[in-house]
Amino acid sequence: MATVYVNDKPVDIGNEKLNLIQAAQKAGVLIPHYCWHPALTVVASCRMCLVEVGERKPDGTIVMQPKVVPGCQTPAKDGTVIQTQTNRAVDAQHQTLEDILLNHPLDCPVCDKAGECMLQDFTYQFGSANSRMIDEKNTPPNKPYIGDNVTLFTDRCIMCSRCVRFTREIAGTAELQIVNRGHHSEIDIFPGEPLNNKLSTNVVDLCPVGALCSKDFLYKHRVWNLKTKESVCPDCSTGCSIHLDGNKNIVYRLRPRHNPQAQGHFMCDEGRLGYHYVNSIERFLRPTIRREGKLTPLPWTEIASLVRRGFQSAAQKDGGSAVGVLSPFLTCEEAYLLAKFLKGVSPQARLALGPVPVVGEDDTYPKDRRGRPIEPVKFTIRAEKCPNRRGVEAILRHFQSEIISFEQVVRDAVEGRVQALYLAAGYPPRPSGWVNDSQAQALQRVPLVVCHDLLPSPVSNFAHFVLPSAAWAEKEGTFVNHAGLAQAIHWGVTPTGEVRTDGQVFFDLLERRGLAHAPTVRKEMAAEVPYFAALAGSDLGEYGILLESSHG
Amino acid sequence: MAEFEPVLLRRIAKKASPWLDAYRADGGYRALQKALEEMSPGQVVDAVKASGLRGRGGAGFPTGLKWTFLPKDHPGPIYMCINADESEPCTFNNRILMEEDPHQVLEGIILSCYATRAATAYLYLRYEYGRGYRVLQRAIDELYGHNLLGRNILGKDFHLDIFLHRGAGAYICGEETGLIESLEGKRAWPRIKPPFPAVEGAFRKPTVVNNIETVACVTHIIDRGVEWFKSMGVPPDPKNPRDAGSYGPKLYCISGHVNNPCCVELPMGITLRDLVNEHGGGVWKGRKAKGAIPGGISMGIMTEAEFDTPLDFAGPGKVGCLGLGTAAVTVFDEETSIVDVLHNICRFFSHESCGQCTPCREGTGWMLKIAERLRRGQGRLEDLKILEEVGDKIGIMPGTTICGLADGAGWPVKNAIRKFRPEFERYIRSAEKSSLLELVGGH
Repeated sequence: MATVYVNDKPVDIGNEKLNLIQAAQKAGVLIPHYCWHPALTVVASCRMCLVEVGERKPDGTIVMQPKVVPGCQTPAKDGTVIQTQTNRAVDAQHQTLEDILLNHPLDCPVCDKAGECMLQDFTYQFGSANSRMIDEKNTPPNKPYIGDNVTLFTDRCIMCSRCVRFTREIAGTAELQIVNRGHHSEIDIFPGEPLNNKLSTNVVDLCPVGALCSKDFLYKHRVWNLKTKESVCPDCSTGCSIHLDGNKNIVYRLRPRHNPQAQGHFMCDEGRLGYHYVNSIERFLRPTIRREGKLTPLPWTEIASLVRRGFQSAAQKDGGSAVGVLSPFLTCEEAYLLAKFLKGVSPQARLALGPVPVVGEDDTYPKDRRGRPIEPVKFTIRAEKCPNRRGVEAILRHFQSEIISFEQVVRDAVEGRVQALYLAAGYPPRPSGWVNDSQAQALQRVPLVVCHDLLPSPVSNFAHFVLPSAAWAEKEGTFVNHAGLAQAIHWGVTPTGEVRTDGQVFFDLLERRGLAHAPTVRKEMAAEVPYFAALAGSDLGEYGILLESSHG
Repeated sequence: MAEFEPVLLRRIAKKASPWLDAYRADGGYRALQKALEEMSPGQVVDAVKASGLRGRGGAGFPTGLKWTFLPKDHPGPIYMCINADESEPCTFNNRILMEEDPHQVLEGIILSCYATRAATAYLYLRYEYGRGYRVLQRAIDELYGHNLLGRNILGKDFHLDIFLHRGAGAYICGEETGLIESLEGKRAWPRIKPPFPAVEGAFRKPTVVNNIETVACVTHIIDRGVEWFKSMGVPPDPKNPRDAGSYGPKLYCISGHVNNPCCVELPMGITLRDLVNEHGGGVWKGRKAKGAIPGGISMGIMTEAEFDTPLDFAGPGKVGCLGLGTAAVTVFDEETSIVDVLHNICRFFSHESCGQCTPCREGTGWMLKIAERLRRGQGRLEDLKILEEVGDKIGIMPGTTICGLADGAGWPVKNAIRKFRPEFERYIRSAEKSSLLELVGGH
């Protein structure tokens, strides 16, 4: 057990290998830093984290080092004394900030980073309001094209080199480097080799200032107006923890949220930029019934009872002819409620797993210059492009012994063994689509098709009921990733039009009263489905809960 | 002083001095033969340690002590790096050694590698030394032909390869870890220490970095003995337990406003005034000196009144300079404007700062902008305060940078302001503009 003294306050850091920044964090003391990042190597070059360090001997005497040292580079040991408030430390931090600001353009009013900028924050806390430099600042030209998704405001850069180290150490593709020397140093790419790897936009989050900006978010919104929710990226089974930033029912951007159990610090560009369909104007906005070949709006209350009666009458003849298809984009709670409904209609009702989109193979990083993966793997983009296959499968296994595939449902439909079909889809738009034309043609033989989806598809063209579904950004619930990690998602925007969350629709079908409250449903599900027993508490925490993988 | 005979420069300007035959005829490779036959590597290290040889590259770290930092019985390779990136302004002693007497240097390298058990040596040469490169390469080729390099040198179980590596002429490549990074093919950004190069250096293996003049001294320590080496120079100050003394011969470069710019070899401890008057031929045009740089501009500035300071490792420090540095003296006469001197200093360091640490990267740029403004006659008195403050606060001594070259960037600036403040104030008050429009040696 090691004890360090941060500003005279003893803190037990256990046996962890920490640097002074991390040790001080444990004591609730912020040591300002730019170049240091927990996922990257230490370069100790920004000199922002300078503190005074000493050692407390066993006899209680303290020996301080005669100079300031960078906190990021110095390991915390038993008896280490950290002083962040002494004149020398404060002066050193003050001076570093003055130096950094010498050539910084201070264009905060037009900078995307303003509001979440480490330079603003630290200047406010540790710096001074005035610069003593009266000479002209360096104004290197901006580099609008440094990559398809990233732009560089060269003059705002403070040379922390985080982005350079990211492309070398995490992506491995090493597109970025520093060119020129001294106060003319700049971040740049080689001509014709832009920053276009699949993790490129992470450099925007890493950038402590507004030098590297995301083209997707550029000049879209001031960050202090954004409402941030903790959520999970739905675009592959890695299940990256994210921050969902939205305002006034529009999703503006996704940012990775550190989660050691899921993905670490980063996320891929595919997931980060894959949210746009949430804001799409193509989405279904109201529940509709097909009358004389045309979709006609109908209130939710009438729709629910019509759908329920349709399934009940189909099940009366043959329980097995009532079929539900549960897509891997449903949350566990929604899958549970829909399964409850269908099994309530008839215990013989069959539940199938919706199509699981798989694209290529798992893509691991870092890569070398030829694009071959290198060990140890630091980030994986998975081939399975859905967030919750394991969670939905666990529900299916609980309610029936086998998991029926979507292809089986299509075959059954051709043979006329499906009388009522509930397609809980909620698939995001992808080039191939979740259902092809021949499958749709087969399903056309089913007398009752309910299509519960986000966007038009070959099925919605003939379905008898087309219900609008809510996107992941609009609902609460639980996703289980490839490794059996259950994480909570939270809504960041509210559904528009008459759209209700899928859970609420299933509530109505079940004739339950009140609002579908995900944590309550989760509790019920945890009590009933052993796989989810660990989720009985209402809170899944910041990092989620690793479920036993014996069932999956 | 009269009986002193040059040793390092003994063969300079002799006929055929760069060739192996001539060098052997002058007693060359005798020391190597002796070491390989009579001494163990440990004994060579002990001899160098006992001689009190301190690194000639600028910092003056005891060479023998540096060698003992290498891990004992290291299973993998140990590398020797020879720092010939002589980029401190006004310094040219390494160049003379390499161009005129390469075998003396190479013998020192072979001896040093024998002592440190290194089987590979990299000689990092700055790009501008084209002649040095050609002469050294020719000498190395000769050695391979005579079994003095390669496998089983002189029939003993000792193997060594020497590779010449040309840098691209950056000041920062003279910093030992910057040199190692550059050698590895990376941007020459000095590394954070620890680990020190002796533990983890080039290619992550234990590495020693020594200066050309240092290894040349090793040759003569083995050849002539420790006692000979200790018979010259200045013994340690008994009142200062941290003073290791300054023994041995030293090459002094004299340049600037003197009648006879030259490189001379003298025992350590000559005063600056003697050096300028006796060997530099006095200040030119019959003028008086205003000041001088004692050992490359990063060491600071001495005023004329301080010229009686002995130029040993401890001397310049006593008058507020950073140290002896490379012992390259540059004199400027009484008609030189100190503002122009300051500007030239700032211009150099702003150009050569590697840009890794914020205080040095931005500080040197800021100092240059202020110096340029002073020269335009737009200075303010508070600028002097800023210059002094920036000069004080950048460097490894206050702890704000990774390498010591930042100390060297700040030191001459604060020296100039503190020692010549009245002239600066007069210059600023009278809104004088620099009469020098064209910069000397501008980039």
